[in-house]
Formats: sequence, C-alpha cells, structure tokens
Amino acid sequence: MKIKINGVDKTLDVDPEMPLLWALRDVLGLTGTKYGCGEALCGACTVHLDGHAVRACVTPVRRAEGRAVTTIEGLSPDGNHPLQQAWVELRVPQCGYCQAGQIMTAAALLAAKPKPTDADIDQSMAGNICRCGTYTRIRAAIKKAAGTPDDAGSK
Amino acid sequence: MLDNAAAARDEIWARRFLAALAENRVSRMRRLLLVLIVASCGGKQSSFTETATLRRAGPNELLPVTDFEVIRDRAPRSRALFGEVARVLVHPRCSNCHPSGDTPHQRMTMELHDPSVVRGPQDNGVAGMECTTCHQDRNQELTRVPGAPKWHLAPIEMAWVGKSVSYICKQIKDPKRNGGKTLAQLVEHNGHDELVAWGWAPGADREPAPGTQPQLGALTAAWVETGAECPEESR
Repeated sequence: MKIKINGVDKTLDVDPEMPLLWALRDVLGLTGTKYGCGEALCGACTVHLDGHAVRACVTPVRRAEGRAVTTIEGLSPDGNHPLQQAWVELRVPQCGYCQAGQIMTAAALLAAKPKPTDADIDQSMAGNICRCGTYTRIRAAIKKAAGTPDDAGSK
Repeated sequence: MLDNAAAARDEIWARRFLAALAENRVSRMRRLLLVLIVASCGGKQSSFTETATLRRAGPNELLPVTDFEVIRDRAPRSRALFGEVARVLVHPRCSNCHPSGDTPHQRMTMELHDPSVVRGPQDNGVAGMECTTCHQDRNQELTRVPGAPKWHLAPIEMAWVGKSVSYICKQIKDPKRNGGKTLAQLVEHNGHDELVAWGWAPGADREPAPGTQPQLGALTAAWVETGAECPEESR
C-alpha cells in the first residue's frame, strides 16, 4: 500500500487491517504518536488523514491507502507550529503522554476554524483525555496560537 | 403505568369478546352491548380493534406484510403497517442517531454518547471530533467501535427521540423533514441504504433492530401502497 507519511511517499507491506498506529510506531518507527486506550476513547493516538483528525488505534491501514497521513513529527519542519510554540511557552504538558494527540486535534481545529471560541475548543477537544488535568492550559495555548485573548488559565 | 395496565386489561377483555364472537357464543343482546362499548371508546379503542386480529410479534421479529391482510380496510391496514415499521424506527439501534438534541445516544439505555460529541453544522461532528475520527466504514471487531459507510447523525428535522409514532409518521412523509425524499425513495432508503443496514448488523454484542432490512423495506412499501396512512395520536 502506498501512503504519504509526513509528506514522504511510503510503501507499506502490512496487513490492510493493521491499525495505522501499529504501522506508524512499529513499522515506520514514528513513536511520537502514543498508544493510550486502543479503543478510540482517549485521543492519545490522534493523527491527521488528509487533514482530518483520526484515531490511529482504530483506523485500519487500508483507510489511509493513497492518502496523506500527518503525525506529530510532521506537523511542522522544526517544531515551530504555532501550537507547538504556545505549548512550550505556556508549559502545557505535565507527564506529556497525551500531548501529541492533544496538539494534533487542536491543529485540526485551527485548520478548520482559525479563531475558535471557548465552546468550539471544548467541543473539538472533548475526546482528548489528559490524566494530569492540563485542560485549562491546553485551552489557553490553543487561544494563544490562534491569536485570541485568553482571560483565564494563561497565568 | 396505570394507563398501561388499564389498556392491557381492556385489550384482554376485548380479545375475549372477539374470540367469543368468532365462536358465535355471544347472544344478540351482548353483541349489541359490545358494539356500543367499542363505539363509545373513541380513537384509542378504534386503533386497538384495527390490530386486534394480528398475532403478536416476538421482540426481535417483524410481522411479515402478509399478516396484515387480515385487516380488510385499506386505511386501518396502512396504519397498522406503519406501526410495525415504527418498531424499527424507535428501536435504540436506529433512534440513537436520530437525537432531538445535538448529541447522539448510545446503548439500549439510550444514554448520551460518551465522549461528548456534537452534531456540528453538517451532522458529522466538528473539526477534530468528527464521527469518522473514530467510526470506520465497518464495525471494528477487536475494539468494538461500531462503523458503517457514511456514519453520521440524522439532521435535527429528522429527530425521533421522544417523538410519538404518529408524529414520526407525519414527519417521515414530509419532504421538508425527510431529506426531500418521495415515498418511493423512502421505500428504497429503508430497504437498501447501507447505513440503515447497520441496524441489523451492529457488531459486538449489540442487539439488532427487529426483523430484517428486506422486511422493513417490504413493510414500508406496503404502507405506501395502502395510502401511507398515519396512526392517530394516542390520547
């Protein structure tokens, strides 16, 4: 199967039903995308498929055939996506395990809606769970990356 | 509950009377009394007498169209046919994605979908949290995540949760509230649509909708052929 991964054409010789997450981590060595629950319930494995957020743990590789997959490693050439910069500036991560998924979901949101409201952010991020409870900083960082004022959580 | 109990009691008595009538065991005077009782009971009883001769379907069964031939008159037969169609429509496997709010339901208990997803402007979620972020084009055997082609919510004008069978009947006939479908297209949709088909192949340990999709298609067609009559609102 031919899949464009982070802008590079790749050929994968794997079972078409293999979860995309397995292919990314175990076959291609892209370990930035994390395994959380394995059932699409936590969001840690979120990547983009043609710009849309998908949960790689339940997405069979066949769904990505002939399409473009973007992982946290490919979100920006050198980690300078506005969300990545805001994440660093506001020190969003705590343990960090869920953060790649959080950023990829937030990136899909900003691509579709560059100036999201609090309600937009809450709706789009509702399925990304953070066990450390960094939600307030996540929302503040999304607003910072979007260039919208944040009255709470950025302090 | 009291209403249900009273209705069940009425039904038992009425069935006994009808059985007795069929066996010619009721005197002329009592027949006259029965006619008077039925006539005085209004719409509730009339809708009952239309279906009194139908056998009862099992919980996961749909009555075949031929069973409805015992109802001689076309309009009551049509209403009874829709009642059978509605057993599929109001089944959680189908109604869960016809919510009256912005969040779908799930499981047989029809609890709100977890995680908390919203319908969004196109009824397929919002950026980062689309239906197809998690749901695939088929059921996922190992993770139990249900899936089918075009997985999405029914538009709000097609909301069924909390609505009566009479309301859903009028709604489903209305092109403004059924996605612009003709009755013929509705028959085709119920009988062949691949997302509708998921209701009978929901995967994992989920309870399927009653009957089969071809049966639903046949019942819908028979309902349309008999005039697409709608049941009265129960009082």
